[in-house]
Amino acid sequence: MSTSVAAKSVRTGEAGLAIVLLALAFAAIFITSRAYTGAFAFHTSLFAIASFAGAAAIAWRYQHREAETPLMIDGRPNYNFGPVKFMSLAALFWGLAGTSVGLYLALELAFPWLNFSTAYINFGRLRPLHTSAVIFAFGGNVLLSTSFYVVQRTCRARLAGDLAPWFVALGYNFFIVIAGTGYLLGITRSHEYAEPEWYATSFLVVVWVTYLLVFLGTIARRVEPHIYVANWFYLAFIVTIAVLVLGNNTEVPVSLFSSKSYPVWSGVQDAMIQWWYGHNAVGFFLTAGFLAIMYYFVPKRAERPVYSYRLSIVHFWALIFLYIWAGPHHLHYTALPDWAQTLGMTFSIMLWMPSWGGMINGLMTLSGAWDKLRTDPVLRMMVVSIAFYGMATFEGPVMSIKEINALSHYTDWGIGHVHSGSLGWVAFVSFGALYCMIPWVFQRELYSKRLVEWHFWIATIGIVFYITSMWVAGIMQGLMWRAYTDQGYLEYSFVETVQAMHPMYVIRALGGAMFVSGIVIMIFNIYKTLASPALAPAPGLGAAQLAPAE
Amino acid sequence: MSNTPNIRLPSHKIFETNSLVLLIGIVVAIAIGGIVEVVPLFYLKNTIEAVKGMRPYTPLELAGFNIYVREGCYLCHSQMIRPLRDEVERYGHYSLAAESMYDHPFQWGSKRNGPDLARIGGKYSDDWHRAHLDNPRSVAPASIMPGYPFLAETPLDYKHIKENMIAQSRVGVPYTKEDIANAVDDLRAQAGAKGGDALVKRYPKAIVRDLTAEPDITEADALIAYLQQLGTHVDFKLYDDAANIR
Repeated sequence: MSTSVAAKSVRTGEAGLAIVLLALAFAAIFITSRAYTGAFAFHTSLFAIASFAGAAAIAWRYQHREAETPLMIDGRPNYNFGPVKFMSLAALFWGLAGTSVGLYLALELAFPWLNFSTAYINFGRLRPLHTSAVIFAFGGNVLLSTSFYVVQRTCRARLAGDLAPWFVALGYNFFIVIAGTGYLLGITRSHEYAEPEWYATSFLVVVWVTYLLVFLGTIARRVEPHIYVANWFYLAFIVTIAVLVLGNNTEVPVSLFSSKSYPVWSGVQDAMIQWWYGHNAVGFFLTAGFLAIMYYFVPKRAERPVYSYRLSIVHFWALIFLYIWAGPHHLHYTALPDWAQTLGMTFSIMLWMPSWGGMINGLMTLSGAWDKLRTDPVLRMMVVSIAFYGMATFEGPVMSIKEINALSHYTDWGIGHVHSGSLGWVAFVSFGALYCMIPWVFQRELYSKRLVEWHFWIATIGIVFYITSMWVAGIMQGLMWRAYTDQGYLEYSFVETVQAMHPMYVIRALGGAMFVSGIVIMIFNIYKTLASPALAPAPGLGAAQLAPAE
Repeated sequence: MSNTPNIRLPSHKIFETNSLVLLIGIVVAIAIGGIVEVVPLFYLKNTIEAVKGMRPYTPLELAGFNIYVREGCYLCHSQMIRPLRDEVERYGHYSLAAESMYDHPFQWGSKRNGPDLARIGGKYSDDWHRAHLDNPRSVAPASIMPGYPFLAETPLDYKHIKENMIAQSRVGVPYTKEDIANAVDDLRAQAGAKGGDALVKRYPKAIVRDLTAEPDITEADALIAYLQQLGTHVDFKLYDDAANIR
């Protein structure tokens, strides 16, 4: 127990951030008054409201907090789980929102009248909302919340920073709101997975640098001599995403009062930099970050040590070194020079090895604990996710071979591939981690394992429908595009190949609906978990009990 | 391996005990591939083919380009014809890097829910495009494209077209001072007002339309002006494929 009697005083960070937020609020109001478009004025007003709310929250927190926040209580770290709790629940919300939008898009492709000939929900504007909501909103909140949890537990230290972790949690989600509403209003840079405009991205950079500092600061406080392997992957994810975002978002705004900007790069260079970014958003956001989750939650849940320490070293360095080269495989047979395409293909094939190194290290951690798969559906979900990771990282190198890419590129095979990775690997390992972590941080018993079983099976069958229909659709369309008649004419018009897709699009939507249903079950399960009474403090979690509920 | 205890590697200790060394190691590891693949594209002369005929977009085409970006057309339509027999026969000459050298941002796309548009310019009439944007199924019954009737109902906002061109010139598009000074006149001229000759002098091959039937220039007009010039700038009768093999 803290026995400090020091008088409460305003901390430098509190005063500083409040002043910055108020300044931002007034700047936003000024820009709103001169904004070129209503959409931009809407966004700058949101900035103003959020900044005022942030400053008010700082004042409120000051009144309600203790004079001092001890780093240790009774010899145990005084963990800061507030932001972890917030972001783990935000992840559930965004997971449902993002996959529901995806389902609607799938239905739009099968039944185009669902576009309703209106601006705001047509396919072109909704599609970035889907990709950003699932990758950055769902995936991002999972990564941020688990990283804040894991770095504290593995370093046995309280999260660095006083307001900073909350600034990261709330700022990141505010960025998501700006990005998502922007797409619907037609504000986009048209770089896939990097659509947010200059002002949203600038704000993100501030949030992200704060995130990096919080993470590094916590590692610096560690009691453990060694940095745990999960933290290597988190760090690689955080740093590389910063580099990628800065490289791919070099742009010149039309005006301070305009949401529009033009990228500095054009044509072939812009394409190369975009896919250097795009493929490494896959490599570092959707792979390295989630491998970090695997390296903490799988051993923890299976109660087995990580299979091989040496393998984790080799595959960590090989993975981050090789991934960065793989971007040009998105540009095979385009106007990108051949040498760059060949480099991209070569490194993509080599990437198979470190990817499977990670898979082996994850799966073999189950050595001696395989029986748990029968009784623990949460562990099973994570193990199946690793199997999907292995499958998708085999399929990827195959598709990066130029001759195969000639068939698969521009078709739904790519969509199927992405979803076997994102639904099977990313979402499943996230669900597994959340099913572990939410009960841990809220100190509740998970409401129902049976519901996890239902979630697992419905979602797994949904994924199978999804990816098999997309394989068939993609390969069929690719073959139809290149089919010739006996006389040597192209056999099918483009629109005939679109018509042939229809049954596959319906099956895909069915698979997507099953996956969304799984998330609904999960949210119900978590809701019932949180509604149940808190557990008595477990011996190992004593310190966490005492963490102030911020 | 699993039966031996996981003894720590002494040579890796420095990365595991010092977060800044680990950070630097990560940055070095990720920097190499990016530098090798990206940097040469800016100085190797054969990255962009030597061609005649490429010019910046006219103000009206630029406004159309911005609408193309805004509506996310690139998510379903590529603008990149690959040098494969069926693509060249379906869409025309394969795309050159030079043809998108003034596209900030590039619009190559990655998925074809609809056909490639790299050479759509001049293949259909303006009226066809107008009907197609209004309701794609009125001209292509099996199409799955959304309808964009609101484009023809929304007057084009070109108050800031000059600033757009200034921003474009800052990122390297060779608009002259004269081009920027005449932006609004040129935009109106391409939609049928006076001044078409001056426009064509500044922007060779620009198609001047008579849109006087409409009270205002609409977003659909701008988008159609953009679509109708796609892939038409390079004269492939004069282009030497063999000289540009890379």
